[in-house]
Amino acid sequence: MNRECICEKEGVVDEFTEEQWRQVDAIIAKYRTKPGSLIPVLEEVQGITGYLPEPVQRRVAFGLGLPLSQVYGVVTFYSFFTMTPRGKHQVRVCLGTACHVRGSKRILEELEHKLGIEPGECTEDRKYSLDIVRCVGACGLAPVMVVDEDTHRQVKVAKLDQIMQKYNGSENPEE
Amino acid sequence: MKAVTLTIDGRAISVPNGSTVLDAIRKAGIYVPTLCHDAVLKPYGACRLCIVQIKGMRGLPTSCTTPVAEGMVVTTETEEIQRIRRTIVELAIANHPYGCLVCDKSEECELLNVARYVGAQQSSVDRMRRASLNKAVDTSNPAFDFDPNKCILCGKCVRICNEVVGRGAIDFAYRGQNTLVCTFGGRPLALSACQNCGECVEYCPTGALSAKQTIIPQREVKTVCPYCGVGCSMLLGVRGQKIVRVRAAKENSVNTEGLCVKGRYGLDFVNHPDRLTRPLIRRDDAPKGAARRKPADDFREADWNEALDRVAQGLARVRDESGADAIGVISSAKCTNEDNYIIQKFARAALGTNNVDHCARLCHASTVAAALAAFGDGAMSNSISDIDCANVLFVIGSNTTECHPIIGRRIKRAVKFNGAKLIVADPRSIELAEMADVHLNHFPGTDIALLNGIMREIVTRNLYDKKFVTERCEDFEPFLESLDRYPLEAVEEATGVAREKIQQAAMVFGKAKRAAVLYGMGITQHTTGTDNVKAVANLLMLTGNLGRRGTGFSPLRGQNNVQGSCDMGALPTVFPGYQRVSDPQVRAKFEQAWGRKLSDQPGRTLTEMFQTIHDDKIKALYVVGENPTLSEPDAEHAKGALAKLDFLVVQDIFLTETAQMADVVLPATSFAEKDGTFTNTERRVQLVRKAIEPLGETRVDWQIIADVSARMGYPMNYSSAADIMEEVAQLTPIYGGIHYDRLENGGLQWPCWNRRHKGTPILHKDKFTRGRGKFHVVHDNPPAELPTRAYPLVLNTGRILEHWHTGSMSHRSRVLEAIASESSIEISHVDAAQLGIEEGDTVSVSSRRGTVRTKARKTGRVKPGEAFMAFHWWDAPANLLTNPVLDPQAKIPEFKVASVRTMLAVLERAAEDNAFLSALAENPAGILKSYDLTPEHRSALMNGDIAAIEKWVGPLEERLKVWLKARLKQENLAEV
Ligand code: SF4
Ligand code: SF4
Ligand code: SF4
Ligand code: FES
Ligand code: FES
Repeated sequence: MNRECICEKEGVVDEFTEEQWRQVDAIIAKYRTKPGSLIPVLEEVQGITGYLPEPVQRRVAFGLGLPLSQVYGVVTFYSFFTMTPRGKHQVRVCLGTACHVRGSKRILEELEHKLGIEPGECTEDRKYSLDIVRCVGACGLAPVMVVDEDTHRQVKVAKLDQIMQKYNGSENPEE
Repeated sequence: MKAVTLTIDGRAISVPNGSTVLDAIRKAGIYVPTLCHDAVLKPYGACRLCIVQIKGMRGLPTSCTTPVAEGMVVTTETEEIQRIRRTIVELAIANHPYGCLVCDKSEECELLNVARYVGAQQSSVDRMRRASLNKAVDTSNPAFDFDPNKCILCGKCVRICNEVVGRGAIDFAYRGQNTLVCTFGGRPLALSACQNCGECVEYCPTGALSAKQTIIPQREVKTVCPYCGVGCSMLLGVRGQKIVRVRAAKENSVNTEGLCVKGRYGLDFVNHPDRLTRPLIRRDDAPKGAARRKPADDFREADWNEALDRVAQGLARVRDESGADAIGVISSAKCTNEDNYIIQKFARAALGTNNVDHCARLCHASTVAAALAAFGDGAMSNSISDIDCANVLFVIGSNTTECHPIIGRRIKRAVKFNGAKLIVADPRSIELAEMADVHLNHFPGTDIALLNGIMREIVTRNLYDKKFVTERCEDFEPFLESLDRYPLEAVEEATGVAREKIQQAAMVFGKAKRAAVLYGMGITQHTTGTDNVKAVANLLMLTGNLGRRGTGFSPLRGQNNVQGSCDMGALPTVFPGYQRVSDPQVRAKFEQAWGRKLSDQPGRTLTEMFQTIHDDKIKALYVVGENPTLSEPDAEHAKGALAKLDFLVVQDIFLTETAQMADVVLPATSFAEKDGTFTNTERRVQLVRKAIEPLGETRVDWQIIADVSARMGYPMNYSSAADIMEEVAQLTPIYGGIHYDRLENGGLQWPCWNRRHKGTPILHKDKFTRGRGKFHVVHDNPPAELPTRAYPLVLNTGRILEHWHTGSMSHRSRVLEAIASESSIEISHVDAAQLGIEEGDTVSVSSRRGTVRTKARKTGRVKPGEAFMAFHWWDAPANLLTNPVLDPQAKIPEFKVASVRTMLAVLERAAEDNAFLSALAENPAGILKSYDLTPEHRSALMNGDIAAIEKWVGPLEERLKVWLKARLKQENLAEV
């Protein structure tokens, strides 16, 4: 009995657009005949879908003719791949030695509290995801947090609201 | 292959080129510890225990991955190597629980062996010990547990599941300290793609994967699996009188891939408390036919003398009153060759009738008829191992990975690792279809159109083998002409397969150097079964794919010994070895050997026996190890027939549905309690060895028959099964060289003409058994039953991996029953949506012959308009639905195509006494037109107002309300 189809029935809401699925299939088609292409495929696919939930992994596995467990193994092995959705804005707090000494742990805690998520997660409205990094090479101006491409230096807990404001506004100017 | 010579620890040793250094070390008889290596797996090199020193090479290479080279000088152990090995092992056990004393695997734990060998030190292990041992144990699988805390990440299980089983259910996931052998999404094994074969458990070097109930056997007995026609050899581990463990015995090329779930975990039926242990006689006051609830109401126990006397008297009475041809004998494809030989001899010599047949009638009668006509031989032409050498494998009408799992594995391996191309023709998207290069999902019953279409393409593209056709075949011209009727467009329309796919299949098959066709009941169980097989034969002759390695005609035989039962002449028209009863010379030979005048009248087939009971032509039946009340098509009819008999004897290991109707029930031994031989699908005669003593008073089938025979005035005296085989060898040319002493090491493939003959792995090598291969003109014919408005779905029936036929054995296995305890019907998402059926709903399935209740399973495996049901369950017998029409040539019933309708069971119940509801179920839109409804009722319907409808038709069940609501919404009645 092919139990794999149980997952088929779990009724995951399809959150991706047809266009996205089409692109995913195109990537798979491009690599189909090349052996050992699982990692590049996952990389490109994640670029389209933002993250790699089970339905996406299943599509890749069937497309490349690989066992599901193998795809899952690779996705969970490389930290680059993620099975949780990413937010519009990536908030990363440095917990490297220098930043840690200057109290970045508190910044992280404060952000966790404000966003209501833990590192590695994403807010329900998919606006922010929160992660930890170990040193971004700006130790001189610790503590450091990075939002998308911007590095914020000498961050203070009191200044957090102000920093985050920028990203709140930029996305929904009319609010 | 060229040999390479190297020096190992000062000794010169020669091994074939391409071997690894480890192979050479092993050949030299030197022990080097390993943890991640196994000869059946590709070299991996993960554990680094097998390191050695090789002169001229830097560092310490792993011997399991290093290929040998001429003149290599290898040292297997130095102080440094010892030190490193010790550290490796200490690291491996540092995070391992210390509970070896109570670990189920400790007796055979490789980690423990290795730790002892390298001398692991408690002090260093303690120093390295780090992580806590609290990873969750997965106990979801009914057969075995997975304890990740005992896992050393050697990866054997992962590679076995991928490389050997071809399933890939597990792999490494996560990284660093968290690395884990894991299913997709980290699900419990029971909900994963795992097929419970236990292959990984057999290879795991530690207790991480270990069987749930581990009892260490006292001894192991080599024998053959009693389930399917693959015929895997196995070692039965016995403790006392119980089978406690089963392992694969890889003694020949049949099952290099191990065992499937049935073979490994499905043999506990042998020791099941339901086993019959004493003869039973029907009570005088028990009504015939209708079995009552408790067997004790119908039967009383008797001793053997009384039971055997009854049988002999009962049969003698019918013979004296109505003649020997009023008795039918049904033999069993589960029984040994020796049993079958004695059964047919009993029918022919003791009773004097050719009315002997067995269930091959229901599976491959069409194969035997067609292949005899085309090639002169009804069996698989090549060997299972030929799959490894084929360039193209064409699987048609066979869900191989479920029905012949070990052959299925071989196909998957050939496709994955040998680059073989795979063409699958099956209406369902079966597991093999997923990995196929071309999947032809034709409409059920259109195989001839499909095959003829492919052949026409092959001819048009000039891809056929002219030399083979002219030199080795006959009747080619009319066949060639007949293909004109199958242009692509017509075939596309008839089969529903896109023409591109047909073309592609023709190209792939036509161009192949070596191509084999494997098929199963999807080809044979049709009214056109014989013609279907002839079409397969035509395809192989046309492309010259016969008589060479990697090619061939491969009917996959169902039962473990269905090939042998046919070989032994448990067929109404032939003596053992397919020697015709109508041939006077043959008859004379057997008359002389058996000392009786023999009938020249061909007997009745199994299906005919059942049909003629009603006209009083058959009055007594002797059924050995078969359960026709579930396996015959239109099972209700078969049951009625049995009830009408004057005398019914059933000889079996359980009180089956058929046995419950018998006058006398004789308890037989199972395969584990007797010696004998089975002949598998590749014609290999293999030894079955007695592992335990007969349970209770049970007796071996042939001995029971011999006793009945003696009581009827025809004594048969044999001292053993081997003794019977000596007689078979004398009378049966194709078994001429089969003697027990020659079967010890893996068996022999017939034809084996004499003591010195080595057996025949490939038939039709230089010429066909009948001389020239004969082309037959065959034409497409629709199945007997086509979908109609009342019965819109086409029902296909078959088996699933975890169960066996009518389930007398597999339902009595703890593991198999736990995995698949309920019957179900597979229907497409589209039909389910239209019928308002949800996953797991109880539905009723009806055909013109009957109705069964079962659970719905929505799946993408079947196409809209089609449905699939397995026939293993007595409470949902699919064969109540199937159509008993026969193939006119082989008399095989059309199990594969029946028209049915499915509806929600609650709806059917409600509709029984409510004409309005049944009309509504049929056609909601029509209701508004044809019923004279009041405005309130009209609006209730249009608005899907269930409360209002209930007021009007009466209270409805919860599930029914949901259904009705969905149905009304779907119909969009407002627009009507
Ligand atoms: S039991 Fe068989 S299918 Fe399941 S994981 Fe082990 S090897 Fe794979
Ligand atoms: S479960 Fe067993 S076979 Fe699999 S990696 Fe762990 S120790 Fe090796
Ligand atoms: S494939 Fe067939 S013969 Fe082999 S173990 Fe499974 S049921 Fe038994
Ligand atoms: S430690 Fe934070 S930037 Fe280097
Ligand atoms: S046995 Fe060679 S590396 Fe494991």
